Amino acid sequence: MGLKADELNVGDSYSEVIVEDLTRTQIVQYAGASGDYNPVHSDEKFVTEVAGYPTVFAHGMLTMGMTGRMVTNYVGDGRLTYYGVRFVNQVWPGDTLTARAEVAEVREENGQTLVDLTISTTNQDEKFVLTGNATARVD
Amino acid sequence: MAVERFPVEASHILMFARSIGDSNPIYSDESHAADTEAGSIIAPPTFAQASAQFDPDYFLRPKDGQKWFGSGGTASGTLAKKQDEDDSKSDDEKSGSSAGGLHAEQHFTYHRHLKPGDVLSAETKPGESWEKESKRAGVLKFSESITEYRDQDGELVVTARSVGVVTEKVIEQ
Repeated sequence: MGLKADELNVGDSYSEVIVEDLTRTQIVQYAGASGDYNPVHSDEKFVTEVAGYPTVFAHGMLTMGMTGRMVTNYVGDGRLTYYGVRFVNQVWPGDTLTARAEVAEVREENGQTLVDLTISTTNQDEKFVLTGNATARVD
Repeated sequence: MAVERFPVEASHILMFARSIGDSNPIYSDESHAADTEAGSIIAPPTFAQASAQFDPDYFLRPKDGQKWFGSGGTASGTLAKKQDEDDSKSDDEKSGSSAGGLHAEQHFTYHRHLKPGDVLSAETKPGESWEKESKRAGVLKFSESITEYRDQDGELVVTARSVGVVTEKVIEQ
């Protein structure tokens, strides 16, 4: 099930809280699933004593993955043709993140109807942690 | 990065979906997925990144016969080592997400969605590099890499563009 083009308007939006009180456990879980064992994400001793950050922080790709869940919940499964983001601020344990998609354009390309979405994810201080775009096939 | 063989498996998709907190049955339940438009379990949109598990040269991966990084009794990691080795590394190794550097951007173009049973290969080529001045982290050195994922029939399935950044100093909070 995808979105219906004739029911979409520029400016329509959809949002979800994608994580509440992000845990170190989930960051470690993402490291294991993705294979990205960069010690800045899981090794408290390294990140504070060597790298110089206050504590471990989330993989950008974890935020992109969780934001992607909001996007696929909105556009439907297997509908994305493009999903791209910039990581604009770090995400820390304890953060609560809200991801939002807004309809930027509905258009035709090669016989397909597509929706372009503007994506953003903010933390509990309403600071952007991720900004991006997605394109999905619609009915 | 070159990955010769990245077998896409249902249990890996399940673990990956769990790690991003996504309980959508399209990622785990075959009978549910069979009745959907996709027709089978598919992988979440960012799953291709887990190809790192199958990249023999991925520098954050444990390798047979070599001590892995990580703090035991004392702090250890890849940051100091990375700086020492920086000059000897190819642009390819320096680009994208890496320890000592941070991930700045990630883009995926889907030609089709991945599903269990796919056996992918991936080739990464360096893209552009550029510098920017930042108040919070000094000089930022960006480098781009493009990865093409192909399936068992040689068809292009996902194109990924990654931008990594090495900061002059730790980002001020």
